[in-house]
Amino acid sequence: MKLDALARGCGEWLRGTGPDSDIVVSSRIRLARNLAEFPFIRRCTETQRRAIARLVRERVAEVDAWSGTEYVDIQGLGDIDRQLLVERQLISRELSKAEGPRAVVVEPQETFSLMVNEEDHLRLQVMHSGFDLEPAWNKINHLDDLLEERLPFAFHEQLGYLTACPTNVGTGLRVSVMFHLPGLVLSREIDKVFRGLQKMHLAVRGLYGEGSQALGDFYQISNQLTLGKTEEQLIARVAEIVPQLLEYERKARQTLLEHNHKELHDRVSRALGILRTAKTISSEETLLLLSSVRLGINLKLITDIDIATVNRLFLQTQPAHLQKIRGRELDTAERNEERAIFLQKHLPAA
Amino acid sequence: MKCQHCEKPAVFHITELTGPEPQEVHLCEDHAQLFLAMPGSESEEAAPAAPSGKQKKLAKTAEDLSRVDQSTCPKCGITFHEFRQQGRLGCAHDYDHFQRELEPLLSNIHGEKVHCGKRPRTAGAEALVRAELNRLKEQMREAVDKEQYELASQLRDQIRKLDKDGTNS
Repeated sequence: MKLDALARGCGEWLRGTGPDSDIVVSSRIRLARNLAEFPFIRRCTETQRRAIARLVRERVAEVDAWSGTEYVDIQGLGDIDRQLLVERQLISRELSKAEGPRAVVVEPQETFSLMVNEEDHLRLQVMHSGFDLEPAWNKINHLDDLLEERLPFAFHEQLGYLTACPTNVGTGLRVSVMFHLPGLVLSREIDKVFRGLQKMHLAVRGLYGEGSQALGDFYQISNQLTLGKTEEQLIARVAEIVPQLLEYERKARQTLLEHNHKELHDRVSRALGILRTAKTISSEETLLLLSSVRLGINLKLITDIDIATVNRLFLQTQPAHLQKIRGRELDTAERNEERAIFLQKHLPAA
Repeated sequence: MKCQHCEKPAVFHITELTGPEPQEVHLCEDHAQLFLAMPGSESEEAAPAAPSGKQKKLAKTAEDLSRVDQSTCPKCGITFHEFRQQGRLGCAHDYDHFQRELEPLLSNIHGEKVHCGKRPRTAGAEALVRAELNRLKEQMREAVDKEQYELASQLRDQIRKLDKDGTNS
């Protein structure tokens, strides 16, 4: 695959448009599926894993809706390329680090991808920009139908779609909405909000999903239960809390504007100043500062940069992207220098 | 820190005080969910060796557990012990083979036992009827919870009709 070209662009889901995209970055839905005729991944031999990958590749090639997609053999990729796919959220960190035959099928616009031989044989995901769960569900449901016509899935009359881990059985569905919540973080209300969500059986995760930190004030909210409700009900449960969370965040931002205008303006201006002038900068600091700039743009405190540019910089200043764009391997110190140069080039002073 | 059962990062850090020595457990989200849902999990590692008269019942439970642990799926060869250790099943047949052991686990995790979402279109007409029945039953339960009794009785009638038609056809 042309991974070099991928690094220079940005997935559809980061284009910074779509409903409520000032706060909701993306809407993501994934389905876990297993092929009926093979054991689950942990009990598969290398030969069986290879057979699964080959079978999926052949069947996917028969589907018109999948024409133009790229089949990427993860086993044959170098470290930087695998990391690149993780940074773009096209594959999980687990698939990147796993061993044996495994792959990902990627659509050029990056609105959907299909991981092969992760924890389950198939992990299909659809990603949309902004708060856009219903269209995302319609899309993944259709893609799943197309796969199911060609690949017999492990399905149980009582338990639904069977998965390697019982926490995913039934629908195999995980719906995640990624929020940018700097207002609630600055006003220190974020923990209170999350405690409320956990009581509703919703999980809160960081930027890269399970176990990752909430870098740059990005949080993913997703369902934990997968059995005993329809997909629509599970999606509605997550969707239900979105308007409320939007309201909390907007109110927090408004309060900051009204009572701490000068401090807030100072904060976002300094953030932009550092990004524009630093000579060496880590990816963590970059994320933190870009988060302030993103808030500044949404509150019209910064007017000469657009959200799409900031979204793109969030992605392209990450380690694998930088190395890919630079065209060679870089150590941490070199990356920090390259990152500063890259930021100056893409955030020219007004 | 990594989860002690898989490659994922550990996000739950539990200190078990049931055994003679406190035991630290570090788990990812999935394994933590399983750990908390698993009835009597990890107890056999931590259980005291010599059962006194008072502990007979406990010993019986430990005996049951160890018998269950040795149970092996004829299709993929995984033992229940291996599943408890790894938190991942070996094949689709495990859900039938370990059904008795998995049922309370699934109830603990999901609070439900029956799938009522999407099903493969290719699974036949009977499967579709069953899916519709599951869906209606779920709706009826929700209606009862919300004290919408008129809706609930309409749903009950639909269920009866579908049940009869479905079995006749």
